[in-house]
Amino acid sequence: MEKYSGKSVYGGIAIGKIHLMTKREQSIVRRKIEDTDKEIKRFEEAKETAKNQLAQLYEKAKVEVGEANAAIFEIHQMMLDDGDYVDSIENIITKQSVNAEYAVGITADNFAEMFSSMDDAYMKERAADVKDISERVVRILSNAEGTNDISGEPSIILADDLAPSETVQLDKNMVLSFVTVHGSTNSHTAILARTMNIPALIGVNIELSPELEGKMAVVDGFAGVIYVEPDEKTLADLKKAKDEELEKQRLLLELKGQENITKDGKTVLVYANIGNVKDLAYVLANDAGGIGLFRSEFVYLESSTYPTEEEQFLIYKKAAETMAGKRVIIRTLDIGADKQADYFDLDKEENPAMGLRAIRICLNRPDIFKTQLRAIYRASEFGKLAVMYPMITSLEEVKKIKEISAQVRAELREENISYNDIEEGIMIETPAAVMISDLLAKEVDFFSIGTNDLSQYTMAIDRQNPKLDSFFYPHHEAVLRMIDMVCQNAHKENIWVGICGELGADLELTERFLRMGVDELSVSPSYVLPLRDKIRSLDLSK
Amino acid sequence: MKEFKYVITDPEGIHARPAGEFVKAAASFASDVKIAKEGKSVSAKKIFGVMGLAVKQGQEITVTVEGEDEEAAAAKLEEFLKANL
Repeated sequence: MEKYSGKSVYGGIAIGKIHLMTKREQSIVRRKIEDTDKEIKRFEEAKETAKNQLAQLYEKAKVEVGEANAAIFEIHQMMLDDGDYVDSIENIITKQSVNAEYAVGITADNFAEMFSSMDDAYMKERAADVKDISERVVRILSNAEGTNDISGEPSIILADDLAPSETVQLDKNMVLSFVTVHGSTNSHTAILARTMNIPALIGVNIELSPELEGKMAVVDGFAGVIYVEPDEKTLADLKKAKDEELEKQRLLLELKGQENITKDGKTVLVYANIGNVKDLAYVLANDAGGIGLFRSEFVYLESSTYPTEEEQFLIYKKAAETMAGKRVIIRTLDIGADKQADYFDLDKEENPAMGLRAIRICLNRPDIFKTQLRAIYRASEFGKLAVMYPMITSLEEVKKIKEISAQVRAELREENISYNDIEEGIMIETPAAVMISDLLAKEVDFFSIGTNDLSQYTMAIDRQNPKLDSFFYPHHEAVLRMIDMVCQNAHKENIWVGICGELGADLELTERFLRMGVDELSVSPSYVLPLRDKIRSLDLSK
Repeated sequence: MKEFKYVITDPEGIHARPAGEFVKAAASFASDVKIAKEGKSVSAKKIFGVMGLAVKQGQEITVTVEGEDEEAAAAKLEEFLKANL
C-alpha cells in the first residue's frame, strides 16, 4: 500500500481504479511559411472553431455546474478575441513567416508569463486559462484529437493538472474522484469539483508513472489522502466510512424538511448544539429546528482579554439572524479551572468540576455577566434568542440571576436601547437541581438537562479519568430516573424541558425519553437527521 | 473626452468574470475606452489588458472615454462599475 497526501477540496470517499490522464505533449514545430495571409486565415478559422467549442462547453457547464461557474468559458471565448492576443499571433506569423501553431505557442507562453509573474494568487492561476485556450487552438490547427476519454468503468482521475475545459468535458458518470499533482483551491477545477460533489485532492506529491493505470485506489477526501493498492484493513475502514457517508446523504435526501414526528403523531423538537458561529452552516445543512445549546465559551477562549459587549453582540446577532426566527438558546459563560482563559486568572483547583466555574464566576463577577447579558438582549431583536444559565444548584442562585438580568433590562430601557423579552432557562446538571426542580420550575421558562455533568455528579465518576470507565454506566437508572423526575416537575409548571447532553443523541434512549415527555433534544448537527429517522420509526401507542 | 475615477469595492477586485463583462460593455461602444491604474493605462476593450492590471479592492481606477458616443459610454460604464465592482 502506498499513501500520498494532498489538500482536499471536497470531502467524500471514492474507491475504484486509477485512470491516468496525461496531457498529450503537443510538440509544436516551427515551420517556414510562404503564404502568410493564408496562414493567418488558417489561424482565424481555428480560432472560430475553438470559440464554437467553448460556446458548447459553456452550455454544458451551465447545466452541470451553474451559470456562475460556467462563466469561465465565456471569458475564454473573449480571450480568444482579445486584440492584443490576436495581434501578437498574427504579427509573429507575418514578421517571422512561421506557422500558426508556433505563433500561438509563443504568444501563449508570453501571456501566461505575464499572469504568472503577478503577485496575486488569483491572477497567477489565470496563466492556466491562457494555456488552456491556446492548446485548444493548436489542437484544432494540427487536427489532433480532443482530451482523452475514459472508457470502461468509472475511475479515479489522476492527472498532473486539469484545465477547467478538461474537467467539464469529462463524462461525470465516469469520474469517481479528481486527484492532481498541481492546482490550487482557487482553480476552477477545484471549484467545479466542489459544485459537482466529487471528492477531489490537489497538490498530491505522486509521480505519475504509467504503472499506476488501472491500479486499485481509495481517495479519502476528508483526510486529504489517496491510498494506492490499499491493504484490506484500510479498504474495509474506508468502505465503512463511505457507507456511513452514503447513509448520511440518504437521510439528508429523505428526511430534510420532514417533521420530527412519531408514528402515533407525537412531535419533538430536534435542535443542534454548537460551539462556534462557524458551525451555523452545519446546523442549517442538517436541518436542525434551532440551536438548543450555543456554547458561548469560545467567545472568551478565542480572545486574549475580556470580549467587549460589542464583540459579543455581533456574534449573537449573527447567530440570531442566520437562524432566521428559529430558537437560539445561548448558554452563558461556562468556564472553569479546567477550561479557562488566562485573563480570568482563576486559581488552580484540585477538583475543577466542583470548583469555581460557570454561573459561580458570573455571580462573583457580575460585571462580566452583565456584559454578556447586555449583548444577548441587544441581539434579541434580530431573531428568536433565549438564554440559559449553567451549573445551577439552588433557588437562591436563580433568584439572584433573575435580579441581575432584570437590572440589565432596566438599564437598556433607560438608555433607550430596544430588546425583546426572551425566554430564560436553566441547565439541570446537578443532582441538587434535580431534587428541587419542582421549585426551580416556578422561576424559569424552560429546563435543559445536561446529562454529561449530571452523570458524573450523580455517579461520582470523573469522566476525565479513564481508569474509572469500567465503573461508568452511561444508561445508569439513577440518571434516567432523574430525567423523568425533571420532566414531570417541568410539566406541572407548564414549562418545556430538553436534553442537551450526549444522552440526547443516544438512539437507544430516544423512545424512553419521548415516553417521559421530553419536549426537545439538542444534539451535534450531524446527529439531527439520524435522530429524526429514529423518532419517525417510533410508535408510542404500543 | 470624458473621464471618471472609481474605487473598487468588490473584495475579489476585478477578477475574470466582471472583467469579461466590463470588456463586453466597453466593446459595445464606438468610442475608445481606456482604463488606468497607477499610471498604467490599457484598452478597456481587451480582456487580457484589463485583467493584467490586477486591480484589487480599495484601488482606484481612471476610466477615459473618447469618441462620438462618449457621453453615453461613460455613463453606462460608471453605472456598471457601481453595480458590479
